[in-house]
Amino acid sequence: MSDPMIVTMPIRLEYDYSPGAGRSRFLRGLEQGKILGERCHVCHKVYVGGGSGACPRDGVPTEEVVELPDVGTITTFCVVNVPFAGATVQIPYVSASILLDGADIPLMHLIQEIPAEEVRMGMRVRAEWLPEGERIPSMDTIKYFKPAGEPDAAIDDVLKRMRADA
Amino acid sequence: MSDEVLRAPHVLEYAYTRSVGPVIGRFFTGLRDQKIEGIKGARGQVIVPPIEYDPQTAESLSEFVEVGQSGVVTTWAWVNEPRPNNPLQKPFAWALIKLDGADTAMLHVVDAGAEANMKTGMRVRARWRTERDGRIQDIECFEAE
Repeated sequence: MSDPMIVTMPIRLEYDYSPGAGRSRFLRGLEQGKILGERCHVCHKVYVGGGSGACPRDGVPTEEVVELPDVGTITTFCVVNVPFAGATVQIPYVSASILLDGADIPLMHLIQEIPAEEVRMGMRVRAEWLPEGERIPSMDTIKYFKPAGEPDAAIDDVLKRMRADA
Repeated sequence: MSDEVLRAPHVLEYAYTRSVGPVIGRFFTGLRDQKIEGIKGARGQVIVPPIEYDPQTAESLSEFVEVGQSGVVTTWAWVNEPRPNNPLQKPFAWALIKLDGADTAMLHVVDAGAEANMKTGMRVRARWRTERDGRIQDIECFEAE
């Protein structure tokens, strides 16, 4: 029998994606070099990362917009050692959950400018932005987070802040 | 700052590379040579496109049979507004076509011009592409005989 026939079968889905009102506000903030969170008027927690515009615990609209600093603490992280198609970052690299000062929910982002094995929970990091004029309403406007050059935070206190009953 | 809700195109695409196996492989190779082949099932019925195992007895099948390039539309659905990835960029019918000599119907496309020209039981004939490379699209479509 001849060699098996190999075919390429692209599966392609074209979406017209809308991030919705809450996430649009967050993304437009990034375009202006700001990280915008929103506070729940019932539990007073500050959500960031462009949620639904509602508090997941109290089910009420989170209408109060809060500008957050671009500095925070690594709460947990993952060292990526597996390359994949389309990757633009050299392995090993670190993807981390970062709790910005004043926020109650972490953001996920890339950590750079430090060897992967030196990244740790409690490490203080700061956003590295694209230069003004290149900023777009996209998470890519923050290129990555890098060491803030501050002493580590007390991780237990930081984790306690994220508890639902805190 | 604008309050307008953002929108953006988002494309999700996986370029799968796969083997089609020995039976469909031969079927596709046949199409390249302008030939439509089915396979004989356990009861002697001719299955088009060919399959590797008999649907009732599960026994392995290997006896290829060439079938006709014309056949009968057994059922169909009209598409008024073709999608970008559809085989024809004008209104057309998806149809099950039972080719002469086959006992099963095969899904393909009928270029009938208008829905009014489509009829269950109508006879259609394959229209081949000039450039064929061993895929189902080597048959551009079927048209009324």
